Amino acid sequence: MFSGLLTKVANVLRGIGHKLVDQLWRFGGAVRFSGYVLLYSGESFRRLHLTIREIYFTGVMSLIIILVSAFFVGMVLALQGYNTLQKYGSSEAIGVLVALSLVRELGPVVTALLFAGRAGTAITAEIGLMKATEQLSAMEMMAVSPIARVVAPRFWAGVISMPLLAALFSMVGVLGGYLVAVPLIGVDNGAFWSQMQANVDFREDIVNGVIKSVVFGVACTMIALFEGFDAPPTAEGVSRATTRTVVNSSLAVLALDFIMTSFMINP
Amino acid sequence: MERTTIDLWVGIFAAAGMAAILGLAMKVGNLTSSSVGETYTVTAAFENIGGLKARAPVKSAGVVVGRVDGIRFDSKTFEAVVTLKLDKRYPFPTDTEANIYTAGLLGEQYVGLEIAGLEDSNLKEGDKIKRTQDAVVLEKMISQFLYSKAAETPTDASK
Repeated sequence: MFSGLLTKVANVLRGIGHKLVDQLWRFGGAVRFSGYVLLYSGESFRRLHLTIREIYFTGVMSLIIILVSAFFVGMVLALQGYNTLQKYGSSEAIGVLVALSLVRELGPVVTALLFAGRAGTAITAEIGLMKATEQLSAMEMMAVSPIARVVAPRFWAGVISMPLLAALFSMVGVLGGYLVAVPLIGVDNGAFWSQMQANVDFREDIVNGVIKSVVFGVACTMIALFEGFDAPPTAEGVSRATTRTVVNSSLAVLALDFIMTSFMINP
Repeated sequence: MERTTIDLWVGIFAAAGMAAILGLAMKVGNLTSSSVGETYTVTAAFENIGGLKARAPVKSAGVVVGRVDGIRFDSKTFEAVVTLKLDKRYPFPTDTEANIYTAGLLGEQYVGLEIAGLEDSNLKEGDKIKRTQDAVVLEKMISQFLYSKAAETPTDASK
């Protein structure tokens, strides 16, 4: 009786230990993988057309969804913000509200979430399928490093695209907010821009937003690449890896956002 | 797709992204007029600065002429020493008075410079503004008002 209980407890503990060791193993793999990607990065700049091709697929093809969402996010911010601000008689502050929320938070974060959904999944599925159809092994047979040829250009493409997309998001969002606030609601045009310009700081707000988007770009792309590279070479494995990319990227973005904000907002 | 088309689109994308960052800096952050330009630094000591913060505007006659560069506490005189960065284009006489005002009823606080105009020499780099007026603390004002009210009530009743 007692020894039976003991073995049950031991089994549960063994299960936990097994999971933990597995996760640590995977994490170690991810770190080694990141190291290799950085090691082979030189290749992706020496053969720039590979990187440019990937910027086209991750950056340019994501433009539509980013710009349309930015426009709507900006418009909704202005509507909601006006509704609350006018209760306190300070509807001119709408410009500050829209610009600061976009530049500091929504621009980088929403772009990163959309980027993970639009470009990250594509990267994971592509690399996972390349692995499943043994294209990566074929490359290795021909003494072409798949990390240098396939992974590194995608990594740098993501890192370059993210800040550009986030900046476009913020800019188009401010335009959307302007369209709702000034022509539609009738906030004074001069007050809208001057309040915004007086309260948005270049170093504190805009540069910090760009730093955030670069970090998110690194995180999202690296997660997508690793999940694809690590996927079991089956149809099910690739589909699971794609799901994991979206879930892990979103969680990583939100957690990193909190950590970075807590460092940036302190005086 | 052909390589030249891809190159073109990526070029457009990169240019648009750069333009967006530049646009944010210029139009939203107003980088052009806030920090560039030569400045000179003067200090002013206040007994109470209220809610004044670094980077608050310094205004004279309602025009922004500089920014608050830093605030520190002097433990010898027990005063707050405020460093002001003023635009080189605007010289002020040495008998300028620095006041702390509030924009609107509950708005942010700023430093207002008022000129007496009796002196001819101007403030130089590192000078100290001698005449200052502290921030108005709402609680102090209300309690003063109440005391003065309480003091005048009996005379009214005796009439």
